Amino acid sequence: MIPANCGYETWFRTILKANSGYRRDGPMTISADHTAAENTDLNAVQADAQEAEVRRKFGISLEAYMLPAHRQIQMVDPEGQLKAREEQGTEAGHEYPLPGDAELVAAFEQLVVGRRVNDQNSALVRQGRMAVYPSSHGQEACQVAAALCLSEGDWLFPTYRDAVAVMARGVDPVEAMTIFRGDWHGGYDPLEHNVGIQCTPLTTQLLHAVGVAHAAKLRGEKTVVLAMCGDGATSEGDFHEALNFAAVFHLPVIFFIQNNKYAISVPLSHQTVAPSLAHKAVGYGMAGERVDGNDLVALLAVLDRAVKLAREGSGPLLVEANTYRMQAHTNADDATRYRAESEVAEWMAKDPISRLKTYLQGRGLLDAEAEARIAEHAEAVAKQLREGLGEDVPVDPQELFRNVFSEPTPQLREQSALLADELSREATTREETAR
Amino acid sequence: MSPTVTTSSEANGNVSAATARAAAKAAAVAEATGPQPVTMAKALNTALADAMQADSTVLVFGEDVGQLGGVFRITDGLMATFGEQRCFDTPLAESGIVGMAVGMAMNGMRPVIEMQFDAFAYPAFQQIISHVAKMHNRTRGRLKLPLVIRVPYAGGIGGVEHHCDSSESYYAHTPGLKVFTPATVSDAYRMLREAIDSDDPVVFMEAKKLYWSKDQVDLEALRREHDGLSDGGSGTHAQRTEGRAVVARTGTDATLITYGPSVPTAMAAAAAAAEEGRSLEVVDVRSIVPLDDETITASVRKTGRAVVIAEAPGFASISSEIVARIQERCFHYLAAPVRRVTGFDIPYPAPKLEHYYLPSVDRILDAVDDLQWED
Repeated sequence: MIPANCGYETWFRTILKANSGYRRDGPMTISADHTAAENTDLNAVQADAQEAEVRRKFGISLEAYMLPAHRQIQMVDPEGQLKAREEQGTEAGHEYPLPGDAELVAAFEQLVVGRRVNDQNSALVRQGRMAVYPSSHGQEACQVAAALCLSEGDWLFPTYRDAVAVMARGVDPVEAMTIFRGDWHGGYDPLEHNVGIQCTPLTTQLLHAVGVAHAAKLRGEKTVVLAMCGDGATSEGDFHEALNFAAVFHLPVIFFIQNNKYAISVPLSHQTVAPSLAHKAVGYGMAGERVDGNDLVALLAVLDRAVKLAREGSGPLLVEANTYRMQAHTNADDATRYRAESEVAEWMAKDPISRLKTYLQGRGLLDAEAEARIAEHAEAVAKQLREGLGEDVPVDPQELFRNVFSEPTPQLREQSALLADELSREATTREETAR
Repeated sequence: MSPTVTTSSEANGNVSAATARAAAKAAAVAEATGPQPVTMAKALNTALADAMQADSTVLVFGEDVGQLGGVFRITDGLMATFGEQRCFDTPLAESGIVGMAVGMAMNGMRPVIEMQFDAFAYPAFQQIISHVAKMHNRTRGRLKLPLVIRVPYAGGIGGVEHHCDSSESYYAHTPGLKVFTPATVSDAYRMLREAIDSDDPVVFMEAKKLYWSKDQVDLEALRREHDGLSDGGSGTHAQRTEGRAVVARTGTDATLITYGPSVPTAMAAAAAAAEEGRSLEVVDVRSIVPLDDETITASVRKTGRAVVIAEAPGFASISSEIVARIQERCFHYLAAPVRRVTGFDIPYPAPKLEHYYLPSVDRILDAVDDLQWED
């Protein structure tokens, strides 16, 4: 609620007020605060100091910092040309530095691998070797940036469409696809790579991200958590609750929205009439930014800075990536029922791989030899998937009872014995029939 | 170990500000040694404080649990004692509270969260059903979620709509959740400590009308008993409450099986039946999940007759589950069909009408009378 006697400018200052006691972060705090702001002279002085801090750090007003870029941040255009600084979409003084060359080449490699994984998995579904695969074809730049912007001890909370990001964090490709092959569990160990299990209920994982960040903060750790969701998911209640909790508790969480324009068949216009999804951030007292989600250079620039700010104690940040789901929701969906081929073709021209490739080649950072090596890497991962997902994993029906609780209850032991008895009788019958 | 249930007169009335103040005052009085009059609210509060003292990863949060000490004062004084980082208020959003607790439990904490009222917990249903209950299973045991969701529940307090639901069946129906509900002051302490110690998520249902019930309890002895359990449980394993019902009153003619808010009513019915020359055994289920089939079965096989009593609507409920299990296990021992006394299958009634709805001593005795006593 904005106090009656308080204009927007004053309001933005009040939400900057440093918290007393609870948090142990540095002075740079851009987020809401769970202590109510008071209009005392002392607070006004503190607010002025914060405003000055923002100006020093970003060269822009606090209000300009809180609101997303007028259009979007784009550093490399769809033709692969680096845009002039003043055309990248930033406020003057708030420009993003170009990511380093090594980072970009490594990211390109992951991009190519990600595309190969998406297409290999779609093929495996068609061959009946996977149950379902929600492909991120066309969104690979977002997938790669979400994984690469984080450091070793940081956490990633992915959705079901983020298998490429999960792999880019170091999870074994076959383990990452466990859910989609129709197995009963999540496959990988979340604690081994600090990656949450790919989440099917929408935005529920954002709150888990908030909790992980909160626990880390209470222990004084500098962990950053990146939580992913899509455009449709921003309509869910947990989206609101997660952003608000992260802001109120001033937690280092980056909410990364891949706006791919569709929630299965429902277009963005049916989800919101907000100017952009990034604009939603300011309502929570958090800064929002929007970026071209098919421009990996801009994505890394924006997310790298978001991670750095969050680690320094900025509180949560929201980044909206403007991208497109090139394929149907899953193999079970028919996208021709709700969108025009011309729209898809338009986005084909904005493909994230070709533009980064052109850019890197133009910079002399990618020669034929490197390309061949990267293609070979992608092919090796595809082969790993074909082989790993082609194998029939032996299933033990008794495993169904083993992990419902830490120890099975007496009731579960009874049911497990019942199943064991059924199976042993079946086996006996089979043996007798064989004889 | 069969506890005496002494329900104070406030237990059946409204939880007024005056009784809340009185309880807070009682809580402030330094604990003397030996059995003292203790309310269930105080026992729960002490259990929280002891758990927080014993383990710095135990955190308490929810709506109004900080400065105010909870609308029922169960978290009274915890923020002052343990600081804002260990006990704090959250924004008013139940899904947020549970979802954040999931993340904290994933990352080394043992959150104990409060849902304030039964019906206020429903916004958190997706988090509880899809994540709290399933995380251990879908990660093949790699992620444990040692969190406790405290739910003040049930009626008999003159509460208005949405404040008196008996929501235990929803949770008990969901694989992966443990569901506890203490009926005595001592069990309130024991079971909350056990719930916090558990590596599995526990939905901890607290009958609101029992908050101000009093019993002569030695909290220091309960504390020692708990410490004995957590030191590997040597010698005192019989004191564990998880998965163990308790025979609250022994009898020979019929068994009353009940839990939570209906336990005092069942005890009163058994006392009244004794005056009429009928000996009723009372089983307090207390651990709904896991359920103690053994104790229930042994009692019904002994008496040959049973009435299951619960405040929740009877259709598709804990009471129907218990009846079904008795039929499966005790059929040849039964002298009469198992009867039930439950809430009606209606939305929880307004304060002026709730006494028509709640299982009463008379309704229980009528059900007992129907158990085919003639040869």
